[in-house]
Amino acid sequence: MEHTTPLADWLVILPVLLCIAGGAILLMLRRVARLQMWLCVATLLLVLLCDGVLFQRVLDTGPLAMTMGNWPAPFGITFAADVMGAGFALVAAFAALSVVIYMQGDTPDTAIRDGVYPLILLLMAGVSGAFLTGDLFNLYVWFEVMLIASFGLMALAGNPLQLDGAVKYGILNVLATALFLAALGLLYGLLGTLNMADIIGKSATADVAPLTAIAALFVLAFGAKAAMFPVNSWLPASYHAPPAAISALIGGLLTKVGVYALLRTLAMLMPAAHDLLAPVILIAAIATAILGPFSAIAETNLRRAIGFLLIGGVGIALLPLGKDQSFAILGAVSYVPNAILTITALYLVAGLVERATGEFDTRRMRGLYASNSLISALFLVMVLAVSGVPPLLGFWPKLLLLQGFIGESDWVSVFTVLFNALLTLIAGSRLWSHIFWRGTAERGAVPARPIAATVLLVGTIIGLGLSPNLFIKAAQIAGADLLHPARYIAAVRLSP
Amino acid sequence: METALAGLVGLFLTVAIYLILSRALIRVLLGVLVLGNAVNLLIFVAGRLTAATPPIVPSGAEVITGPFANPLPQALILTAIVIGFAMFAFLIVLALRAYESTDADDTDHMRLSEPEGEPRPPLEY
Repeated sequence: MEHTTPLADWLVILPVLLCIAGGAILLMLRRVARLQMWLCVATLLLVLLCDGVLFQRVLDTGPLAMTMGNWPAPFGITFAADVMGAGFALVAAFAALSVVIYMQGDTPDTAIRDGVYPLILLLMAGVSGAFLTGDLFNLYVWFEVMLIASFGLMALAGNPLQLDGAVKYGILNVLATALFLAALGLLYGLLGTLNMADIIGKSATADVAPLTAIAALFVLAFGAKAAMFPVNSWLPASYHAPPAAISALIGGLLTKVGVYALLRTLAMLMPAAHDLLAPVILIAAIATAILGPFSAIAETNLRRAIGFLLIGGVGIALLPLGKDQSFAILGAVSYVPNAILTITALYLVAGLVERATGEFDTRRMRGLYASNSLISALFLVMVLAVSGVPPLLGFWPKLLLLQGFIGESDWVSVFTVLFNALLTLIAGSRLWSHIFWRGTAERGAVPARPIAATVLLVGTIIGLGLSPNLFIKAAQIAGADLLHPARYIAAVRLSP
Repeated sequence: METALAGLVGLFLTVAIYLILSRALIRVLLGVLVLGNAVNLLIFVAGRLTAATPPIVPSGAEVITGPFANPLPQALILTAIVIGFAMFAFLIVLALRAYESTDADDTDHMRLSEPEGEPRPPLEY
């Protein structure tokens, strides 16, 4: 039967297309520095709009899929958006937009000439593609797009610190991607398909032993991407090196794509292999969730400390994977968008602090409260948000997680979530009192645009925290679709 | 044939891991290169090796009759080779720049982003 894609279904690839086209146009207009920022903002606004419409549509009518070249499903490359993918893409686009607005008052002309804005759009193409693709090899391609763009962003300013950080970041991430490629090659050898909807059906009847070995390789590869203990030492070595806005973008988005890939492959694609691996993931997730904030307490470099808080959050998001078919998975699904917004905002506030004090080390920052009370308020709100204090956004995912864990009498995970929140609160309030409450000093002013962008992001976190209905509803649908992917498979329309 | 190539993949991986564990940056990069080739060969073997005809539909026919070579692993590998080449090219330039500006190609001496011997964090407020 001939089936043409309805025009409205093209929505599923528009975020990626717009980002790539925008990136290409910006590259051609490299010498027109004044246009760069506005075109980048305009592209991201369009992407945000597309993501929003797409999200609303999958929320109303279920997953949406499109196969390239109008091939029947397992043969062509499929793009498929479900509530999880579309929701993550929406939140990622919003975070990127805030970062680009922030950068207006904070980016030297040399960075613009070297193409920081096209690189950001290419990064967003990779991130959106990873969230929206329905094909495992295509996911690998988007990972690489994301990676090469982030390499460029990391090393752009080219001072020794950044090159040092970029070398470590680059090599470790290329290794992780190579492992991912090996795992998907083996999976193709075992199942004969790389289409996600097709894998779901075929992995249920496949031999569990080789499937588990392949899943273990996926855990290692995506675990390294997501900064899961013990393969996370590259993150604190690199994420604080680039300018604050780039830190915010990379720190907010990239590790979350790793978490997304883990949720997708383990909970949805290979639940049979997930059984045996669950205890390993549980131990790694607990270690990640506890050691991250502990390291943050002992860290004095502000953005490195935030990197450790980020790692703690990754541990929390991975906890539900420590148990097979856990109901708490919807907590993880809702934790990721929260972490994208919160970590991005935290890095942006750190950028404001660094800008006002001219220092990177909290030992030399002091007395900011007297000279800039707005930044101190923003920082305090973000400390509370990242620890999950109500009524901020961070509270709701943790509530969903705790509900799930208590329902399953999983007291170890309950303790881990609560202990992580306590340690994060200690680390955050330590940073706050060191930066803002000690001594007094005259501090410089901060330009308006970076502050406006940060206020926008923090305001969104507060607003979503005050009215979380849509957020929780989306998380419930996404979690249910992840555990019971019948609607997803139906949307892809596999040919028999 | 599969066994021999699988053994070769294992050998490549061994060499790659040995090189990557080195402290010298250039050896690590060579290890990354070998690892990329190991993975490409792995996909090739995992896609089954068949002594068969090329996957081209003869003129006038609707489908190929008889055994034919699987074209998909080759497409996957081609993509991976192109991407891997770009990544490697970037990394080697990055390593060169890092060597020029930090004067170190030994990871033990590349400590700018993670300084050693920092004083303890303040214990009072």
